[in-house]
This record gives sequence, structure tokens and C-alpha cells, in this order.
Amino acid sequence: MSLKRKDLLSLAPLSVEEIELILETADSFKEVTGREIKKVPALRGRTVVNLFFEPSTRTRTSFELAAKRLSADVINFSPSSSSVVKGETLLDTARNIEAMQADIIVLRHPSAGAAEALARGVKSSVINAGDGWHEHPTQALLDLYTIRERGLSFEGLKVAIVGDVAHSRVARSNIHALSKLGAEVRLVGPPTMMPYGVERLGARVYRNFDEALAGVQVIMMLRLQLERQGRALFPTIREYARLYGLTSDRVKSADPGAIVMHPGPINRGVEIAPEVADSLSSVILDQVANGVAVRMGILYLMSGAS
Amino acid sequence: MPNHRMTAQMPQPRQQERLVMDAADIARALTRIAHEILERNKGVEHLAVIGIRTGGVHLAHRLVRRILDIERVSIPIGELDITLYRDDLALRKEQPVLRRTSVPFDISDRIIVLVDDVLYTGRTIRAAMDGLIDLGRPAEIQLAVLVDRGHRQLPIKATYIGKNIPTSRDEEIHVMLEETGEEDRVVILKA
Repeated sequence: MSLKRKDLLSLAPLSVEEIELILETADSFKEVTGREIKKVPALRGRTVVNLFFEPSTRTRTSFELAAKRLSADVINFSPSSSSVVKGETLLDTARNIEAMQADIIVLRHPSAGAAEALARGVKSSVINAGDGWHEHPTQALLDLYTIRERGLSFEGLKVAIVGDVAHSRVARSNIHALSKLGAEVRLVGPPTMMPYGVERLGARVYRNFDEALAGVQVIMMLRLQLERQGRALFPTIREYARLYGLTSDRVKSADPGAIVMHPGPINRGVEIAPEVADSLSSVILDQVANGVAVRMGILYLMSGAS
Repeated sequence: MPNHRMTAQMPQPRQQERLVMDAADIARALTRIAHEILERNKGVEHLAVIGIRTGGVHLAHRLVRRILDIERVSIPIGELDITLYRDDLALRKEQPVLRRTSVPFDISDRIIVLVDDVLYTGRTIRAAMDGLIDLGRPAEIQLAVLVDRGHRQLPIKATYIGKNIPTSRDEEIHVMLEETGEEDRVVILKA
């Protein structure tokens, strides 16, 4: 079994076997990240380019660390310091990067579909590190890895995804993958933040938060993107926190061993209460740590010579 | 009884199989190696055994059991996956599947006996030594192999050898072990 793909753009087309291969490969790299010398020579001589058109410290650092721990050469491009400000297109930027013998391009872009457009235009492998509201496959894979690490099995697993599903690429990738792996996905949030026809992806939409949480083993909170849509989609932050904020009282509706996840950064006291974010059931920091191992696994699997 | 797994692996339609070690030969060779390890290291102090995945791991477990029988002392055992240290990774179209390295003890200042089934070009052992040194600084690395078939491409020599089997390059050595559901034996396959 191998990952016979040039690019990783979305979790929608991945088979269950491909997802499992990525998670198992990540497991080997988790062992590497636990060593005193956290570096292996697997990608020696390869070049990985982080092309980030949106600010993202967490994902970019995670990819950079993953590539460096595999001994790859890493270049970070951001639009403010590149020729994009002079009017160069995404494809031209990428072709220039490719001409510098880049093997893998990691792209974060504000437009949905940018990663796919880029992948069609370049020979290098393209990894989607978030494209608009579309997908964020590596974040979903690290979420899956974290769930599995806690000993939970996907078949029949009850997962609640809470908050702004419509604008969340993380949610979309997770819905694809979790449904495929046999989990029951429940979505809850303000109706204005629920995408039209999301049930077609295999998820069930709930209006009531406590009802959605009943018996779930995984509570996946989404970040309220205050800097983007802000108040247009809900009356006040206080009301949002009252209706959809995860408090320690609400956690009691879930399975007693339920884990709490969040892709970060957290709006403390808005979508998640501080005591829940810091509780034993929170795996938020595990998600960050696992992100490096999962991205090492993806870079390794995608670094075939072809 | 025909061996289906081996038949499926045959690269050529007509291959001759020659038995070079049977179960008793393998058992005797491992017992001798266990005694040699103890003799050379004057006991088991600071000793640890690490098997190279996958064949070497089974042999490493057998060696540790024999050392336990002889000395009544259990020595640490680890399992090493060398995939990430291979020198042909950049040349391959597909990345090989990783297996987990599990060395649950500090290797620093220990005498490490690396174990593999067949010693051939020496490239696997080079990769294993690189992998091992990333885990710590062993006092000494020794190498135990069940079969040395020659044709070295690197200046590597085994410390303990079960059997020297001179081969030609177009021959293949197959080590079959009970742990993988087969009868213990070593055969040469010739096209």
C-alpha cells in the first residue's frame, strides 16, 4: 500500500486505506518526535516550499518543523515579501518556485480551489494547507490521529462539530473523513453558520447544543472567526457564547470519557470556557504536537521521485 | 508441503530451490551465537540486543531467550526500522511503508548487538548504524547475522555469523521462520 497521489488537496477523494496509511505512517514519526535527536535523513536533498498567502503561524511552523525534521531544505514564501505585491499571479509565483527545483509546495490561500489550480499547473507535489472555506486536509488528519491516539475507534464514533461550520475548512475536511471512516457526525451552530445542503456529506444538523452533545465521544469546537464575519451572522458574542459556548456543565451531556478538540487559536470564554480548554478531557495541545508527526508522514509519503 | 508465500515471490517462472539450513541447523547456529556473545562480552553487563525489522527482530528475540536460558538474566531488546535511513529513498518511485522503531531503553554506553537474518551488500547495516546513533551513543556496536552471503558493497563485517553461504549475485537467499507462519529453514533460490 502506498499513497499514489501527486498532490494532497482534499480528503474527499481519499480512500479509507489511504487515510489509514497516513495515520500509521504518522505513528512512526510520532516515535521520531519523541527522541532526543528528532531528525531523520528521509528527505535529504529535497526542497519543500511553504507558500502562505494568509497569515498562519501555527500551520506554517508545523510544516516547517516537519520538513526540517525530515532533513529537507525549507523555503518560506509570503506574499508581502514576494513579487505577488508587484502583480505576479499564483501560477507564475509557483512556476518560479518550481524552477528552483522545489519538490513539494505547501499552499495556504484565501481562495477555495487555489490548491487544485496550482496542482494542475506545476509538476511539484502540492499540499493544501487551507484554501478559503474549502478544505484543510492536514488539520483534519491530525484531528483523526489525535482521536485514534486516545484509543477511540472511528466505526460508530459519535462526533459533534460545533460552531461556524459554513466558514470552516477544518469542519469540511473532518466531515468527509469521519463519515468515510464510519463515524456519526453531528453538526451544531447558528443556522446562519450552517452551509446549505451539508447533510449530503453524511452529517446530521442539530439546532440544540445539549441535544447534539448527548452521548458523543468527541466534541470538536470550531473557532469563531471574529476578524472575518464578525457580527453579521449572530447578534452578540455574549449570545453566541451562551448558546454555543462549551462550558463544563455542557460537557456533562457528552460521554463521560469524551475528548474536547479545537483547531486553535482559542477565543477563551467565547466558543470554549477556560476551565474546559485546560481540563483533562482537552486534547488541544496534543493536536498541535501531533500536527508535526502527521505532516512528517504526509511529506514522507508524497516525496516519491516521480 | 509447498510454500505458497515463497511461490508467490518467485521472480522467475522456473527456479531451483536448495536447502542450506534446516530447523536444527538454525537452532544450533543461534545457540552458538548466544554463547559467543556471552564469551566475547564476558557476560551480559551493559548488553542489549536490537533486531532489524523484520527478520532480524524474530532472531533477536530467539537470541535473548537463549541468553536467558544460559545466564538466567534477561537483557533489553529493541526493534529497529531502518527505512528512513536507506540510501535509495530518493531513487524510489514509491516510498516504502514505515514500521515503528521501538527501543524502550537508553542505548548510551551499552554494548549493542544488532541482529539481522542475511548480510549481503552491507547497506542495511550501514542504515541501521545511522539509525542507532540517532538514538544515542552506544559504547560498542556488534553485528550478529544468521547468514553471510558475501558481495559486500561497504566495508562491513559481522561479529557473529550463523553460516557463511557463498552465493552468486543471481541467487536469492530466503530465511523462513516459524514466527511468520513458516517452517524454520534457509534456502537458496536460483533462476
